[in-house]
Amino acid sequence: MSAPGLSLIARPRSVLPGFRLSMGFTLFYLASLVLIPLMALVLRPFELSFEDLWTAVTATRTLGALRLSFGTALAAALIDSVFGLIIAWVLVRYRFFGKGLLDALIDLPFALPTAVAGIALSTLYAPNGWIGAVFMEYGIRIAYTPWGVLVAMTFIALPFTVRTIQPVMAELRGDAEEAAATLGATRFQILSRVVLPALLPAILTGIALAFARAAGEYGSIIFIAGNLPNISEIAPLLIVIKLEQYDYAGAAAIGVMMLLASFIMLLALNALQSWASKRR
Amino acid sequence: MARFFFNGRSGSRRRSFRSPTEDSAALKLTLSAIAIAFVGVFLLLPLLVVFTEAFAEGWDHVWTTITDPDSLAAIKLSLTAAAIAVPLNTVFGISAAWAIAKFDFPGKTFLVTLIDLPFSVSPVVAGLIYVLVFGMQGWLGPTLAGYDIRVLFALPGIVLATIFVTFPFVARELIPLMVDQGRDEEEAAVSLGANGFQTFLRVTLPNIKWGLLYGILLCNARALGEFGAVSVLSGHIRGETNTMPLHVQLLYDNYDYVGAFAIAAILAMLALLTLAVKSFLEWRYADELAASHRH
Repeated sequence: MSAPGLSLIARPRSVLPGFRLSMGFTLFYLASLVLIPLMALVLRPFELSFEDLWTAVTATRTLGALRLSFGTALAAALIDSVFGLIIAWVLVRYRFFGKGLLDALIDLPFALPTAVAGIALSTLYAPNGWIGAVFMEYGIRIAYTPWGVLVAMTFIALPFTVRTIQPVMAELRGDAEEAAATLGATRFQILSRVVLPALLPAILTGIALAFARAAGEYGSIIFIAGNLPNISEIAPLLIVIKLEQYDYAGAAAIGVMMLLASFIMLLALNALQSWASKRR
Repeated sequence: MARFFFNGRSGSRRRSFRSPTEDSAALKLTLSAIAIAFVGVFLLLPLLVVFTEAFAEGWDHVWTTITDPDSLAAIKLSLTAAAIAVPLNTVFGISAAWAIAKFDFPGKTFLVTLIDLPFSVSPVVAGLIYVLVFGMQGWLGPTLAGYDIRVLFALPGIVLATIFVTFPFVARELIPLMVDQGRDEEEAAVSLGANGFQTFLRVTLPNIKWGLLYGILLCNARALGEFGAVSVLSGHIRGETNTMPLHVQLLYDNYDYVGAFAIAAILAMLALLTLAVKSFLEWRYADELAASHRH
């Protein structure tokens, strides 16, 4: 299975066998299942005239959906970064009964199918649900409003902040904190000036990952959002609606916008990682 | 109370010396309470709702829903899609990790970024790209239709969607693990006359088996639970192209809440099982997993 294109790449000097086979299969599989289909998405909107494309992207409904998806995803990522930081701190620094269980539960949003999370959250936050009823007493509706979108996104993205911060926190050595203490810093000063700055790259990476996951999320949100155009309709849902109307170009236009955001996010993440490794 | 709760180093009765890297009991209690409350409300309650709603009308209703032919067809379809997608992505993961960890070549970092790419693409966009390739207005759709091959709204489409969303799981577990382990053992085996296949089977595989299992476990969990991408490609034909998560949606939209939660409860049990095995692997075989999973 030696791909002809690979002979252009010099075979690396190594006594180990299997470079052409493994590299050839890797590139073939990656290209045919991921890269070429993604090309189809990137090229499709250009079959439209520029004007049609502009109309498709700047339609009020499209802009509303994009704003809701990205804006709420940012809010959810920020909420998760605060609580993720606290949860990671508790898991790394403290010892208490049931910690193992708490640690294992963090990955639940990741392991639980999104449709299951969607119907569970929707039932929980509906006006007659366990949590929804409490808020209804104050006249606040959560399910079937943009708040529902925020709840689902916060749920789905939590593991990304915790699991990004936790290993970095576990590797922090105590000596900088001890040095700060011997120099007379209070515990609050130590936490805010020594610990937090060391964790900053991990926190930002966690926010970026959580944001990417929340902005693209579909399954858990459509059940709780109510899906009203311009109010609680997320961008992925609008893609599905346009596909059902056979508006392939319109769907592709929104898809490209979302893909573009993913690429920017990936670039930002790579830049963050090189910044973090330079700081060490 | 706080001292009883935390058996930390500050637990002595004397007014003890507290290390500067340790928080006061009050702060510990506050932060722990916030963490436990947040996890309880945001993660544990939804899980409880699934099971209470499923059994709201007793076992019989759950049993009737699960043994319904449409439900059984959905379960079978989900298992079939996972049984095709997971092994393929496993072979890819091993192959990519072998190329990246055992050889030096230009553009390695870029390749790793590309392998991770499906994680940052929305599941709905993942479904969309295959519609654009295999749909009747797509690149390959009309050609394949000429040979009477259906991809969209059929098993191949569901499998493609599943492969895409679970694409990086095995690879991203194995790549850091195999990079960490280096090449010395394999080079020794080859210099002693082993061929490539023997080297992989007798030297590499025993070193990566727990990491491999970890990756397959996560890949499988996501494969069985995928909703967005599969939803775009399946066509939602009841009893034919509905996977378990899609069947949950169908029942829920038809106001059969108990039925929807019964199928959801099966999926939730699978998720809990996945978490249990994952935690076990992290605890028992921590040294043989990629570094980021060693708690």
